Amino acid sequence: MKARERAAGAVANYIDERTGAAKWMKKTLTKVFPDHWSFMLGEIVMYSFIILLLSGTFLTFWFDPSMREVEYEGSYEPLEGVHMSAAYASALHISFDVRGGLLMRQIHHWAALIFLAAMVAHLLRVFFTGAFRKPREMNWIIGVGLLTLGIVEGFLGYSLPDDLLSGTGIRIAEAIMQAIPVVGSYISYFVFGGAFPGELFIPRIYVAHVLLIPGIFLALITAHLMLVWYQKHTQYPGPGRTERNVVGYPLLPVYMAKAGGFFFIVFGFTAFLGAVAQINPIWVYGPYTPAQIGAGSQPDWYMGWLDGLVRMAPPIETHAFGFTISWNILIPGLIVPGIIFTLMALYPFIESWITGDKREHHLLERPRNNPNRTAIGAMSLTFILVTLINGGNDLLATHFDLSINQIMWFSRIGVFVLPPIAFVVTKRICIALQRADREMVLHGKESGRLVMLPHGEFIEVHTPLSPEKAYTLTQHEQLPPLTAPESDQRGVALPRGIRNRIRARWSAAASEQVAKPTVDELKEIEHH
Amino acid sequence: MSIQPIQDPGLPTHVHRKADTDAVAAKRAERQVAILFLTSAVGTLLFIFAYVGIPQEQLIFLPLLGTTNAHQLFLGLGLAIALFFIGMGAVHWAKTLMPDHEVVDYRKEQRSKDEDREAFLSTVKEEGAAAGLGRRTLIKRTLGLSLGLVGLSPLLLLGDLGPLPGEELNETNWRGGTRLLTDPALRPIRPADLEVGAVAQVLPELPAGRKRTLNDIAKDALLLIRIRPEEFNLDAERLSWTYEGIIAFSKICSHMGCAVALYEQSTKHLLCPCHQSTFDVTRAAEVIFGPAARPLPQLPITVDA
Repeated sequence: MKARERAAGAVANYIDERTGAAKWMKKTLTKVFPDHWSFMLGEIVMYSFIILLLSGTFLTFWFDPSMREVEYEGSYEPLEGVHMSAAYASALHISFDVRGGLLMRQIHHWAALIFLAAMVAHLLRVFFTGAFRKPREMNWIIGVGLLTLGIVEGFLGYSLPDDLLSGTGIRIAEAIMQAIPVVGSYISYFVFGGAFPGELFIPRIYVAHVLLIPGIFLALITAHLMLVWYQKHTQYPGPGRTERNVVGYPLLPVYMAKAGGFFFIVFGFTAFLGAVAQINPIWVYGPYTPAQIGAGSQPDWYMGWLDGLVRMAPPIETHAFGFTISWNILIPGLIVPGIIFTLMALYPFIESWITGDKREHHLLERPRNNPNRTAIGAMSLTFILVTLINGGNDLLATHFDLSINQIMWFSRIGVFVLPPIAFVVTKRICIALQRADREMVLHGKESGRLVMLPHGEFIEVHTPLSPEKAYTLTQHEQLPPLTAPESDQRGVALPRGIRNRIRARWSAAASEQVAKPTVDELKEIEHH
Repeated sequence: MSIQPIQDPGLPTHVHRKADTDAVAAKRAERQVAILFLTSAVGTLLFIFAYVGIPQEQLIFLPLLGTTNAHQLFLGLGLAIALFFIGMGAVHWAKTLMPDHEVVDYRKEQRSKDEDREAFLSTVKEEGAAAGLGRRTLIKRTLGLSLGLVGLSPLLLLGDLGPLPGEELNETNWRGGTRLLTDPALRPIRPADLEVGAVAQVLPELPAGRKRTLNDIAKDALLLIRIRPEEFNLDAERLSWTYEGIIAFSKICSHMGCAVALYEQSTKHLLCPCHQSTFDVTRAAEVIFGPAARPLPQLPITVDA
């Protein structure tokens, strides 16, 4: 023991004398991390990223990113002697002739699906709890960037094996590029090095997939985490938790053990999926050729909403001056996604403009206490869900014996009608929940115990809430709506009158809520 | 901060876990953690056994999974157990035996103190003025110009990423008199090869010595469909492009270029599996449903000998 301590001390001394790390480490090891299951969603993203780097590196040892035509002579007999690209042949080689190769391919694919699913779940958590508010808007924007990149990275990844399904996806990507007015065909020729499919796109997307985008990912994730570290984590409201403190467990040892352990749990779970759940069986699809296709061609889930949008577009094209503008591709493939991601990135600024709230926030909000934001989230989710359903309309039709035309029309109408309904319903539910909270604080919890009073009346006994619970239900802020003076005292219209009016209306909508119990009300109840 | 109706009662008092006070419970928790770590070690042993001992092509039948490759399955299960239980052990250790006192740290506003901000500003101003940033416009403008120009060079270097499309996108390998070859056998097709209700994919015959690439197929792929001639609903010109009920359409979807591969014999509809654009074969592949805005191009065909 003594010798070991001395050795460790010598190493620590050596490093500290050269870096002064002890001072920083002392602070770091006691850094406080709030504990909540929903804070693990972002962790899953990071761990999946590490799993992707590890399994992906393994795959690069055998994968040959080349479109050179070869004759397959591996151990998968049904494709014996078939002509295919070296990329597809090497992906088959990994699947059938490398020990653990198929497992690693499946772990890699599952990790990518989990990576994006966890990213979306993390985004929803951050959105619905208002964690994006000042000072964390920059981190929100980095997050939106990571999500966009993640979708692209995933798409490029499943395009690499050059099987029939992935080639079909690339063909659609080509069509989206070509739909850009005027320059579309030029862009497509630059990307593919000529006409589709050419012989260059696999090596090109390979470099993007294994070097370029992961590099950007690494930089953005680092920035994302440094900001979390520096700004300290948000926390849920509750007794003892304020805007000025952060309550939780220190990095050493509890958080390190839990977070480190969770990495192994995520990796173990992904490995389990890779072992038992087949994913992307490329040998079934066969090599890509532009003249063939598999029925029920589906992108991975994170592209499904985009595909659903393209599927539901009405057949509108404009032909003018020798150019074709394919609105049926341009709008669902580029314009709508562009608007969605722009609005998403700008949301923190839009919200703070509407509420006029420019203060720092470190306490999270319960979704019900911000009905407008929660309703906007539900509305957006509904929109994406309808498009996602339409993205799988062929499978839904065959599995549930429905008419594909009816699903398409349901989606075309539903994509406009259902989101506003979701908004209204969610907002009402939030306000009803606020009312329930208020009742609970004022009158306590229903105990289920009925008591007969001497004069024969029955009443149900309500048990008062604990002070902790009552505080949690009443600690939130209720901002009053902004008022917008349209004209000054002499009746002269102010500049920006319309802007102010819009802002005041949105602000009124955003501050619609059930007033929480006041001090007086509580006193009066106590009196009874 | 508004006045709270209920005062913050402060952090709840810490409740001890069983293992904190009871030495037997602590010992039990320690054993549980050890068992979890040992399970992980067993997982690695399974992994090694699968790698060395199970042949790569060994199949195994399991309920739910069906027939599956035993080598990959047990490698994966071993790895999953090895990793998962390290995690479970660490988390269980943290939850039962590591200190569970919540600690409080304090935040400060992100904004720097006013004097720091002023000091920063004056530094920038002083140093900037000393360097003449405000005055020397000639230097600033020429620097801006040269930076902007040098920024163009990488764009220029990317010029060879691809050629310009030219007329390539307007042309296929189909010419007057080009013979239709079956795919993949590549022999000339006869009307008799195609019964009523049948579909065939054909490709154009290429000049001798010209190798067919995927780029050719991506534009040339053609579908021949044979129906009863009286079922056509075509104008005279389009009807003359058919031969005894055989009609030829491009197989490349007019929407996004997927292969329009699904032919429904009873309704005589062609359906693209990508986005479900549906084309009516009897009416020159007119779009009857889905996002495609143009019919599939029809190719005039006839018989040469």
